[in-house]
Amino acid sequence: MKSLAYIIIGTFLGVVLYKSEAASWFRIYEMFQFDSFHMYGIIGSALAVGVVLVQWIKKSKVKSFSGENISIPHKEKTFARYILGGTLFGLGWALAGACPGPIYILVGAGYWPIVIVLFGAVLGAFVYGVLSGKLPH
Amino acid sequence: MIFVQNLTKMLYQPWPWYVSGPLIAIIMALLILMGKKFGMSSNLETFCSIGGAGKFSDYFKIDIKSKRWNLLVVLGSVIGGFLGAQWLSPNPAVDISEQTVTKLQDLGFESAGAAYLPTELFSMESLTDPKVWVILLVAGFLVGFGTRYAGGCTSGHAISGLSNLQRPSLIAVIGFFIGGLIMVHLLFPLIFAS
Repeated sequence: MKSLAYIIIGTFLGVVLYKSEAASWFRIYEMFQFDSFHMYGIIGSALAVGVVLVQWIKKSKVKSFSGENISIPHKEKTFARYILGGTLFGLGWALAGACPGPIYILVGAGYWPIVIVLFGAVLGAFVYGVLSGKLPH
Repeated sequence: MIFVQNLTKMLYQPWPWYVSGPLIAIIMALLILMGKKFGMSSNLETFCSIGGAGKFSDYFKIDIKSKRWNLLVVLGSVIGGFLGAQWLSPNPAVDISEQTVTKLQDLGFESAGAAYLPTELFSMESLTDPKVWVILLVAGFLVGFGTRYAGGCTSGHAISGLSNLQRPSLIAVIGFFIGGLIMVHLLFPLIFAS
């Protein structure tokens, strides 16, 4: 039952990101050219609603659907990993025109060359995992 | 009745940002209320673990069962992409701005404004060019390496982290934009110059 819920949430996410065109290479390029408000509108309105929902979840101490306490972990407060990793990710995001969510979505949409991007991404995650002890964080 | 007809019509057109953005936030909130989190890139590590990466690094020795829920979200998003593309989009062309079309045509992207993804990179014909393989592989590598190094991607940092007012996520998102702007403004002319 719970498994089905995750699949449905994922399906909904896939439809939303596909139909909003956030999964389109062209929209990502347009965003980095500052030629349209579209992507900023998506991220901005997601954040506006997201901040309210997260603050509500934290302040109201609402329980999870299965009755457990909800804890939203804080990100560790360092600098190097976020700026360095973030910049590398940004280079890839602009070139692939897709971040991880849209990569999976575009596989479903049938754009087969995206499988090469997915393979590269898994390889990148693997190399990071192997090197992680040696990188500045 | 007219309202329902209009709504159905809207469903088949591109969804506006003010509908899509709040829906993404609701998806994040649902996952938090299920005791989980909204983060798509950690699945890349789970794939490594499933593939036996634990043999190469303890980093990948994780309890795969505890990540199962997120793999189901991935499965769902693949289904969602299929539904969005096959059933909900009679016209997949993305109506990007005219300036963007002009800039892309200068870079050799003739499909700008006429497709969902550039056919120059994402059609089967494009794969006859080895350069396209290299571009897609390198792009994917940067996405995977960068997102795990940064500890999150667009969902984990730009949406979840910023919604929770996390300073590290703000630094990561600034990094996303530094990288994206360098790629599009400085490197695209070198990579795609025809």
